[in-house]
Amino acid sequence: MRNKYSLFSLVKNAFSYHENWEKAWKDPEPKKEYDAVIVGGGGHGLATAYYLAKKHDMKNIAVVEKGWIGGGNTGRNTTIIRSNYLWDASAGLYNHALKIWEGLSQELNYNVMFSQRGVMNLAHNLQDVRDLKRRTHANRLNGIDAVYLDTKQVKKFCPIINTSPDIRYPVLGGTLQRRAGTARHDAVAWGYARGANEMGVDIIQNCEVKGIKRNRDSVEGIETTKGFIKTNKIGVVAAGHSSVIANMAGLKLPLESKPLQALVSEPVKPIIDTVVMSNAVHAYVSQSDKGELVIGAGTDDYVSYSQKGSHDIVEGTLNAILELYPIFSRMRMLRQWGGIVDICPDASPIISKTSIKGLYFNCGWGTGGFKATPGSGDLFAHTIANDEPHKLNAAFNLNRFVSGDLVDEHGAAAVAH
Amino acid sequence: MFLINCPYCGEREQSEFKAGGEAHIIRPKQPTELSDDQWAEYLFMRKNIKGIQFERWVHTHGCRKWFNVVRDTSNDIIKAVYKMGEKPPTK
Repeated sequence: MRNKYSLFSLVKNAFSYHENWEKAWKDPEPKKEYDAVIVGGGGHGLATAYYLAKKHDMKNIAVVEKGWIGGGNTGRNTTIIRSNYLWDASAGLYNHALKIWEGLSQELNYNVMFSQRGVMNLAHNLQDVRDLKRRTHANRLNGIDAVYLDTKQVKKFCPIINTSPDIRYPVLGGTLQRRAGTARHDAVAWGYARGANEMGVDIIQNCEVKGIKRNRDSVEGIETTKGFIKTNKIGVVAAGHSSVIANMAGLKLPLESKPLQALVSEPVKPIIDTVVMSNAVHAYVSQSDKGELVIGAGTDDYVSYSQKGSHDIVEGTLNAILELYPIFSRMRMLRQWGGIVDICPDASPIISKTSIKGLYFNCGWGTGGFKATPGSGDLFAHTIANDEPHKLNAAFNLNRFVSGDLVDEHGAAAVAH
Repeated sequence: MFLINCPYCGEREQSEFKAGGEAHIIRPKQPTELSDDQWAEYLFMRKNIKGIQFERWVHTHGCRKWFNVVRDTSNDIIKAVYKMGEKPPTK
């Protein structure tokens, strides 16, 4: 790498008051033609470009982003990473991503602050207990670390949880994946952008796609706010706006875009050193390195692209948080925001070719895409480069909605994705 | 968060309602004759429009009746409300 980040470079740049650091990526104007264009400069899109350049030797590629990179759901999620999914196909997909996460900072020479602090999922009723035990067994058969904890063990692992039997939804147990954790979301986008840029990928910001040019059954290029770009491979990684892009090509997708909210508190001293998720009461919480509690709420049930959700959703989540963690009763919330998530009927993603040659979609990650970023990029790059899916994403094709071979993770996973 | 003007009860908070998704998807008249592609289209494929969308809502915590709403999904502004069976407004 031309400009490797190291202790040496840090010291060297200190002498010039850190004013001469090279830009991590260029800001080029689009060329007339590329071998492939990725639509969407979030984590998944940038990772796709990175792996296309690195593993498939496609250097003449561009990422077009309508805003700024990492400004969509990449910068809006609660940064939880885990792979404890029930079904084999999902376990393979998310564990592939988890394995890449474990070496990602070294590989990118960029600190993505991956922290394997563990993710605990709570059970609040007998059905939860049965489901979580079943999932624990399924995970272990798939080589994913998982243990079931009883109420005492939950309390020991995270002492601030209220495990009193007389709360509305008492904690009956939980599962723990120790290899799971969190990462710094912005750093993931920036690290991949820097890595891709280094290999010659053009990252073009403030460039919105306005149309997709088709010649019968194949693509010829994209119309953008910065002019026409010729290409015969288009990889769309547009999250909540996937259907909008699909419509430009005359396709319909099995997606609904809905607002998903998150919020953070004022920063406090370290109080919770893991991630605790509870599906039944829909509350999950972790603490950022800055000290803020990071809390995820649920989706609204209506389609909306407004990037703001309803207050009653936040209220419901905070009610649950307060019952589970009475110690937070006087915490003040600093910021609250919404992102638009594209949800599939089976709550699993689509990483797939389409009926149009050269048009590929990576979408439908719904409420839980961040954790898959590296794996998603790797597998989507494979799909685009070879015009064939990798065996790990073969099950996540668009055709499953026709064949009925769904990967039904709704409620089956450790949800509150 | 917005208000919905229920055609039976009047204006209420959105949290009293439940969204029922895209409206005017017609149940196939001869289900046995549908191909897998047609089933996929009916069951799963959605327009998921950014802009003016025709959709169904139910007043769960009120009269419990279903009705249709025309809403701009880019800013959640409701343009029209009409009862089930009524023709969608053209303007």
